Amino acid sequence: MATASTALAPTPDADALRRSLSTVDRRRRRKDVTMRVLVYTAFLLALIPLVSLIWTVLANGIGRFNIYFLTHSMRNVYGGMDAGGVYHALLGTVLITFWATLISVPIGILAAVYLVEYGSGHLARAVTFFVDVMTGIPSIVAGLFAFSLFFLIIGGSSSRSGISGAVALSVLMIPVVIRSSEEMLRLVPNELREASLALGVPKWLTINKVVLRTAVAGLTTGVMIAIARVIGETAPLLLAVGTTDSINRNVFSGNMMTLPVYVYQQYAAGLVPCRPGQPDCIATINYDRAWSAALTLILVVMILNLVARLVSRLFAPKTRA
Amino acid sequence: MTATATSTRRPAPSRRRKHTDRGMDRGFRYLSVGAGTLILVVLAAVAVFLVWEGLPAIRHQDISSVVGWIPAGGTLWTVIGPLIFGTILASVVALAIAVPVAIGIALFISHYAPRRLANGLGYVVDLLAAIPSVVYGLWGVLVFAPHVKPVWQFLVDYFGWIPLFAGDEHGNASNPPRVLMTVAIVLAVMILPIITAVTREVFLQTPRLHEEAALALGATRWELIRMAVLPFGRSGVISAAMLGLGRALGETMAVLMILSPGLLYSWKLLVASQQQTIAANIAAKFNDADEISRSALIATGLALFVITLLVNMAARWIVSRNKEFSGAN
Repeated sequence: MATASTALAPTPDADALRRSLSTVDRRRRRKDVTMRVLVYTAFLLALIPLVSLIWTVLANGIGRFNIYFLTHSMRNVYGGMDAGGVYHALLGTVLITFWATLISVPIGILAAVYLVEYGSGHLARAVTFFVDVMTGIPSIVAGLFAFSLFFLIIGGSSSRSGISGAVALSVLMIPVVIRSSEEMLRLVPNELREASLALGVPKWLTINKVVLRTAVAGLTTGVMIAIARVIGETAPLLLAVGTTDSINRNVFSGNMMTLPVYVYQQYAAGLVPCRPGQPDCIATINYDRAWSAALTLILVVMILNLVARLVSRLFAPKTRA
Repeated sequence: MTATATSTRRPAPSRRRKHTDRGMDRGFRYLSVGAGTLILVVLAAVAVFLVWEGLPAIRHQDISSVVGWIPAGGTLWTVIGPLIFGTILASVVALAIAVPVAIGIALFISHYAPRRLANGLGYVVDLLAAIPSVVYGLWGVLVFAPHVKPVWQFLVDYFGWIPLFAGDEHGNASNPPRVLMTVAIVLAVMILPIITAVTREVFLQTPRLHEEAALALGATRWELIRMAVLPFGRSGVISAAMLGLGRALGETMAVLMILSPGLLYSWKLLVASQQQTIAANIAAKFNDADEISRSALIATGLALFVITLLVNMAARWIVSRNKEFSGAN
């Protein structure tokens, strides 16, 4: 290339040829530039709402975001009182998500094992297809399902409980866990399975001790991301778990509060009609709490995502010994 | 002596172990097949429960007299019709806004931005996909809506002849702008990260040789994208769009918080109290509903379930069809 250009450089003919080869005619160049501008515009256009969202949540939420907010519930908080916190909602979110994870992870990983290690024929194809279908279930439908299920089993007004919400979240979480686990299990090299089986290790031990052990980092990451996905679900929890102002540690009975529902409830409570000159009344207290709870929620989601990334980086299987 | 002792002793434990191993093998196999089957059972259970709980309302003769939000003399279908219309209208408008922008961002990240910036941006997009919808709703109603009124008024003033942008009887956009257009924009922002994430993945997988071949033929950047990247990524873009559509159809909180609801077959995006979506309608009414009213809401939920099923199946069908005929494969 270099020798060719030095050889061609002196003659004026070659110069013209090079210019005509290295430049694009005007119509094509105009189109190229137009599309480039459009792509850049699309990018900048999308940045505006996203930056604005992050900025407003930070700016509005940071004011009330402190230890008091994180460690107090809304019990006996009314009107424009400068009080109240998010502890009961944080607790509810953690407990309900924990139970949802407890239900989804074994089912999800076992189903992925079935698809990768055993699956063949009609059943496997049906499971693959319906996992895709299940991914598209609207969250509110999952909430309706969980509510109906527990209404049928328990009945009456006491059918709302944390576990009902956990079931609703599981319906949303299981397909996500299956999808990511399936991908991770397929990444495990076949030689490992064959080597283990050739040593006389039975299949179930091969799966448990070789396949799952090799894929553990990827599985963990997938689970964390699935948790981050469902932890912000609002609508199903609104239907299946309800709301409360007090702390409820028992997932098996009674309404619980969760962070996303708390955000919605505080927003829906709206502005407080304060009398002028009333010293201990803040008109925008509900919105302030909603923003701070939104900040808490985003932080929880971000931390989960970061931990997931760290896990996948730290425990990634070493390809070379 | 010792050799014979070990040789006679050996088979016994190994046979015993084999026996338990076979049992464990079978047990584990059943366990995993059971987990796979459970998926089908759960999905069937969702459908059966929705039908079962919705039936009382569907079969009720005089539903409008017992359910307050069904207009007098109407049936369940007089409500479900406009709700389906509103749901699809909001989602399609959101999708029409989000897809071109998402393709733009994905192209920016995969083919225009410098490599180091692109990695960071990809990470940011993934994080944004995880922001809960209730936060988008809060932002939409408290930050976005107050600022957008003049824009909607401008659209009514100059593009009012388009049915979508028609004003109310006074020729104005509604104030406060709790209208479907505001909802659609917030929905678009919400589904943007997920569409972008999937589209970017597909664009990055374009075979290097295709790109280099296009460049070797003297293609400009845009021609490279149009000839190599887009044909390869087409089915991926479609499935990403369908994924986004599914999200938008089922999205509850943003609609519930922003939209002023109505039950009309109305194309007016800039006038309040015209449309409502199924999901938001359920969330707004469910907790105060009595048994028959709840049954009617579950029946609308069944309609939403069926719509999203159809969308998902259509997406799969399009993807599999495109895969066969795409020149890239």
